[in-house]
Amino acid sequence: MGLGEIWFVLVGVLLAGYAIFDGFDLGVGVLYPFLGKSEADKAEMRMSVGPLWDGNEVWLLTGGGALFAAFPAVYATVFSGFYIALMLLLFSLIFRAASLEFRHRDPAWAKLWDWSFFLGSAIPSLLFGVAVGNIIRGLPLTAEGEFITGGGAPIFLGNLLTALNPYAIVIGLLSVAWIVLHGSTWLSLKATGNLYERAKVVRRTASIAYATLLVVSAAATAILVPDAFANGISGPAGWLFALLAVAGTALVFVGASKDADRTSFYGSALAGASMVGIWAASIFPALVPSLGPGEALTIANSQSSQLTLTVMLIIAAIGVPLVLFYFYLIYKTYAGRIPTSSAEDGSY
Amino acid sequence: MDVVVLSKVQFAVTVGYHFLFVPLSIGLGLVLVLAERRFYKSGSAEDKAASDFWIKLFTATFAVGVATGIAMEFAFGTNWATYSRFVGDIFGAPLAAEGLFAFFLESTFLAVLLFGRSRVSKKFYYTSTWLVWGGSMLSALWIIIANSWMQTPAGYKIVGEGLTRKAELTNFFAAGFNPSTLPRYAHTIDAVLMVGGFVAIALAAYYLRRGVHTGFARKTMTTGIAIATVTTVLMLPIGHWQAVNVVTNQPSKVAAFEGHWNDGPMSLGLIGYIDEASGKTVSLAIPGGVNLLVGDFAGTKSFPGLNSFAPADRPPLQITYQTYHLMILLWGVMLVLVLAAWLLNKRGKLQGSKRLLGLLVWSPILPMLSIQLGWAAAEVGRQPWIVWGELRTIDAISKAVPAGEILTTLVLFVLFYTVIYIAWGRIVIGMIKKGPALPEGVE
Repeated sequence: MGLGEIWFVLVGVLLAGYAIFDGFDLGVGVLYPFLGKSEADKAEMRMSVGPLWDGNEVWLLTGGGALFAAFPAVYATVFSGFYIALMLLLFSLIFRAASLEFRHRDPAWAKLWDWSFFLGSAIPSLLFGVAVGNIIRGLPLTAEGEFITGGGAPIFLGNLLTALNPYAIVIGLLSVAWIVLHGSTWLSLKATGNLYERAKVVRRTASIAYATLLVVSAAATAILVPDAFANGISGPAGWLFALLAVAGTALVFVGASKDADRTSFYGSALAGASMVGIWAASIFPALVPSLGPGEALTIANSQSSQLTLTVMLIIAAIGVPLVLFYFYLIYKTYAGRIPTSSAEDGSY
Repeated sequence: MDVVVLSKVQFAVTVGYHFLFVPLSIGLGLVLVLAERRFYKSGSAEDKAASDFWIKLFTATFAVGVATGIAMEFAFGTNWATYSRFVGDIFGAPLAAEGLFAFFLESTFLAVLLFGRSRVSKKFYYTSTWLVWGGSMLSALWIIIANSWMQTPAGYKIVGEGLTRKAELTNFFAAGFNPSTLPRYAHTIDAVLMVGGFVAIALAAYYLRRGVHTGFARKTMTTGIAIATVTTVLMLPIGHWQAVNVVTNQPSKVAAFEGHWNDGPMSLGLIGYIDEASGKTVSLAIPGGVNLLVGDFAGTKSFPGLNSFAPADRPPLQITYQTYHLMILLWGVMLVLVLAAWLLNKRGKLQGSKRLLGLLVWSPILPMLSIQLGWAAAEVGRQPWIVWGELRTIDAISKAVPAGEILTTLVLFVLFYTVIYIAWGRIVIGMIKKGPALPEGVE
């Protein structure tokens, strides 16, 4: 295993970290208008992610930075190729951040911030899945590894028509279902009273929807993207992650049936991380499979120099333990269910 | 409009906007650390109210900095894909390190500041203010390292040709501490701390003029004046250090800064304009002034003039010249203002001087504007290069993104950022009008 392979795994670990951590706060945002019946419910929902979402989102930023550093060509091709989608993601995250920081201080604009929290969570949830689906399927690349856009088609059309194919839509739905599930297992862990009861109902429904979509996605991959499917099951990693995804889902069901809320949350976290693993196993050793005419972007042809990868590895060896320590501190500080008083006075 | 122009405008708009909130955050961070330190030592309800007030202002501002920072992290890949391929081997590492070392630190301890007062010990809370502020300064270091490498690249070699031509790292420390990293970091940090000082002064002046929260205002005024005086005076040697760096490493940029057309000793201009058509500079200037500043007291050293550079290798002259000189002029105004405030405050006469207080209320505009001008001078003066001497900005864009898409997102950025600016402004003005929640009987 060379440095390039190690960094392929490490970028995957960062993205899995992003899925586990930011996944639940995105899920809370998607559920926000549906479960937040009263002003107190809404405050409780926001409070459940209030001190945590910012640190959670840093996994994405760091993952993006690591991709840039370790595989510059992939960062350049994917980010410019998915330009409109990336910008939509960006605008969503900007308004989402503003809504979480401003909402409790700005009652006059409550509507705007409520919508921002919902759309700022729902749009990324769908986009992540659609993007992953398209990458598994492969992108139209030129000989220089550039993304081929609509070729003079009107604005958006080229990109959108390429991006919104049936397979990517299935993966997009899978992503939304999992994020809703993960949000509901988190709320089941944090909420109190009526909100807790409603979160449990969602958890049950979402776990069934997610399990169904997981099977549908596997079948869709086998039928629509047979190459990726074959690549995924060609080694032990793909089987292992598939098994873990199933185990995670089973944990959610077991936890839900016994009101073991911690178990079901760990279950949905495991399922999410495993899906990142399945994605990685299905494209390895490529990072961006190609639909032609150019070649795929692989570890070999897109990795940075050995020196850069070594320096980055040292940086990661110092930085990752620190990050884990911070996360331990912060999750310990805000452990337990939301105190009922907090909804009124804004103190946690 | 073409893709290059649109990409440049979009980057300038988004980074300029982001850089309104970054200096405010880092500058206010220092004020906040000092306020929390006072409370940590005294334990009084009054000092707690003061610190809580700064925390509210700080966190509301910091949030916008975080939100708009995401746009910058993505911008290289979305709009500058060819640049990203060229520099990724070097430029990506500081961005990843910034996430790992700075963003995680800031976000974790910001969460403590936001909601943790009753959950953690007083010492933990006080330490958190230091860590958030320290994290934001560390963040600035990584970004300055990345940006400085674009100005004065070092520790690399060029490999490949044509479309696969790129820079490859040969020495990490040489790249990280390239010739301009340290002077540019010192220059930037001192400037953003000036903002913190002037904001504290302005807030205090606002309360003093209205005769409310006067006790809080007097303490804040003293803190603000101390920060602003030290940082404004320090800017003289630090600015000099940075100027010498530009003279040494970026001859075409300094020629544009001073409107220096012909090879020879360089004048040091105070104010003026460049007449590009006739190739002349009309200015109030000290002949040979730049020679004196770089220690050439005989005044014989020759600096290459703009005429020695092909027009295609020169930056846009007028913008570079004017932004640079305006930045320095504003520094002079700030120095006079802060020294006047310092003197009157020392004699106990500031509170009665309504006219000066009225000026001080608006004074944060000066360092904010100055910072924007300074960045414009640094970045426009770097043109036509995106990486000095190695890659032209015109060759660095994303080929996969059509102009229409960039125009669309540019319009949306302006629209959305305006909404967020108004929201932030309303919230912050509301906080300021309300003032710190001081205990009964305390002003």
